[in-house]
Amino acid sequence: MFYREAGDFKKTYSADNQTFPIKIDRVGYYLALVVAFLVIPFVINDYWANAILLPFLIYSIAAIGLNILVGYCGQVSLGTGGFMAVGAYACYKLMTSFPEVNIFFHVILSGGITGLVCVLFGLPSLRIKGFYLAVATLAAQFFLVWLFNRVPWFYNYSASGQINAPERMVFGIPVTGPNTESWATYLFCLVFLVLSALIARNLTRGMAGRKWMAIRDMDIAAEIIGVNPLKAKISAFAVSGFFVGISGALFFALYLGAVEVGEAFGITKSFLVLFMIIIGGLGSIFGSFAGAAFLVLLPVVLKVVGVDMLGWPTDIVAHLQLVIVGGLIIMFLILEPHGLAQLWRVAKQKLRLWPFPH
Amino acid sequence: MKTKFATMAVAAVMAAAPAMADLVFPSLSYRTGPYAAGGIPFADGYADYFTLLNERDGGIGGVPTRLLECETGYNTEKGVECYESTKGEGALVYQPLSTGITYQLIPKTTADNIPMHTMGYGRTSAANGKVFSHTFNYPGTYWNGASGAVNYLLAENGGDLKGHKIALVYHNSAYGKEPIRTLEELQKKHGFELSLMPVDHPGQEQKSQWLQIRREKPDTVLMWGWGVMNQVAIQEAANIRFPMENFIGIWWSGAEHDVLSAGAKANGYKALTFHNVGRDFPIFDDIQKHVVDTGKAAGAGDQIGNVLYNRGMYAAMLAAEAAKTAQEIHGVADINAGQMRDGMEALSITEEKMAALGMPNFGPSFDVSCENHGGPGLVGVTQWDADSQTWSLISDFAETDQEVIGALIAEDSNAYASENNIEMGCK
Repeated sequence: MFYREAGDFKKTYSADNQTFPIKIDRVGYYLALVVAFLVIPFVINDYWANAILLPFLIYSIAAIGLNILVGYCGQVSLGTGGFMAVGAYACYKLMTSFPEVNIFFHVILSGGITGLVCVLFGLPSLRIKGFYLAVATLAAQFFLVWLFNRVPWFYNYSASGQINAPERMVFGIPVTGPNTESWATYLFCLVFLVLSALIARNLTRGMAGRKWMAIRDMDIAAEIIGVNPLKAKISAFAVSGFFVGISGALFFALYLGAVEVGEAFGITKSFLVLFMIIIGGLGSIFGSFAGAAFLVLLPVVLKVVGVDMLGWPTDIVAHLQLVIVGGLIIMFLILEPHGLAQLWRVAKQKLRLWPFPH
Repeated sequence: MKTKFATMAVAAVMAAAPAMADLVFPSLSYRTGPYAAGGIPFADGYADYFTLLNERDGGIGGVPTRLLECETGYNTEKGVECYESTKGEGALVYQPLSTGITYQLIPKTTADNIPMHTMGYGRTSAANGKVFSHTFNYPGTYWNGASGAVNYLLAENGGDLKGHKIALVYHNSAYGKEPIRTLEELQKKHGFELSLMPVDHPGQEQKSQWLQIRREKPDTVLMWGWGVMNQVAIQEAANIRFPMENFIGIWWSGAEHDVLSAGAKANGYKALTFHNVGRDFPIFDDIQKHVVDTGKAAGAGDQIGNVLYNRGMYAAMLAAEAAKTAQEIHGVADINAGQMRDGMEALSITEEKMAALGMPNFGPSFDVSCENHGGPGLVGVTQWDADSQTWSLISDFAETDQEVIGALIAEDSNAYASENNIEMGCK
């Protein structure tokens, strides 16, 4: 009744092609932006920033990156953790080598460096597909972690092999290091997330995205209609690496502050981000957000409910958490293989007809 | 998503309900994951001691203690979450029992003015209190451990280690890498040969390392392991028939659960320690009476008297004594985290104090000062007897090579200070 296109006339081609064609969606989108930029920074505290919002924002960027590769281009990757590590170590080396350059550019540059590394490990995708490619990217995961553990240059020869983010400012306000305000780190990550999502959205509905999807749906057919698989696959790896690198840099510099490669960027990280996009929805930007929110929030909610409200022992809650998350993943895969994004799409479709479905 | 945020908000509000006038001790424990075997006894000991204080003495200085347990799973991200969720409740001191989480919390706790006690783990150079104002690692550090092991070998080999081959099997992380620098310095000084064998997390796969040991035949194997890695290493050592008395673990590699799985073959395995082992202390009677018999024991209650249980209890005792000291200094019973820090810095542990607490000769006597947060660094050696299934102390708590360690601590902490623009304190 309220949620419908009727009466919302589009007079230009671009208006017709906008991301949110329905007015209520558009309003909701702008409202979300206003709340995210103008309300949350004033009410945020350390707990909300560090336990919930920062990981959500950062994992969303990683999920967007991986979704471009897996969801849009169909190239399965298990190397996300390794590529995030590239972003983190690139950011660390840049921060310590060029302290006078603004951290903003360091993060973007680390994304670029990760993009290059990702392309390098994406080259085998031209010859191998599916499971075999997954194994090849798994090799990237292990190789990169081994590399950052093995070569002391990457961690500036520190005795422990850890990397620590030094304090860096944006407009005179610290965004990395211990003396940060939660709103500053939150806003810094939010800016990156919004920019990433905008770029990703516009890439995926343009020429590049259509080429990726053509490759995903059937690479031989795509090649016959004139899509160059080399360019399409390599560009997907590059763009995906860029976003994953940004998320890795933010993960290290803003969220954790100190990182040990094997622990922070191990194979579990790759699986976590992969689960995010599978649960959220492959081939959907909204799905990346939904999946990240789901897997970041669920453990926190379960912990708050189990330990703080019900007063259960912490180990039982931790074990239950594994059981519940695992059960939910199976449930989702059975009930809605296309993820939360598809649920959302179905809900919207039903809303359009509501309250007179027939 | 929105409803989830709403539930979260409600839950957060309910969780943050204020609790007045108690001393909050967060316990960032891990009872799950590959390191749970070590995490459980430590967390139980830590919790039981505070329960004992509440039940027997009504808290510390008349103020009841409250233990906030938070499961980290040895994972740094969860560690951050635990830190943020507990610090708002008036947490007095953090003991994360993880070197990775320690590195993360050092700058954060300093900025939030909350002390952190990393007893025998964490960043060794935090012993320099001039740079690390809020981090304490008394009574001993990894570098004391490395030096203690070498000193023990020196004593065993008549003071000469020239040509002696030592292999270090270590967890390939910040934790395991800690002793390498000290061992390399000591290598120059004493002329032994050191070979390094990293084992990747979680440490179940060590075949190649032990194959190498079998080929190279080192005279001594040192181990910096934790969690499941310890059991696997001891089993592998038994498999290649490496003489157990030449196999020495750090204090995190020497608990009952590490050696029990290898059975009789683990007999004679040695481990370093900085506190006493066993159940022959009067305090265990009190724990039995006030905690176990009243059904208030933490966890399953089956860990009492284990090496790591004792260590958790020791950590809790040092924290409680520091709180008492803080109460005396500031003249208030309900202290805050900043006052707790002052108490830790003025902490003085004497034999009389420990005896009065029912823990005679449990650990070394020491005084913490503004400059020295690392304590005396006395290291003893324990040995496992597989027949009676007990650890026993086979050496005195001996001095370590403070000359070498002190220089390394100064170097590393000064590098940290200049990297992070920290001004030297303690003027």
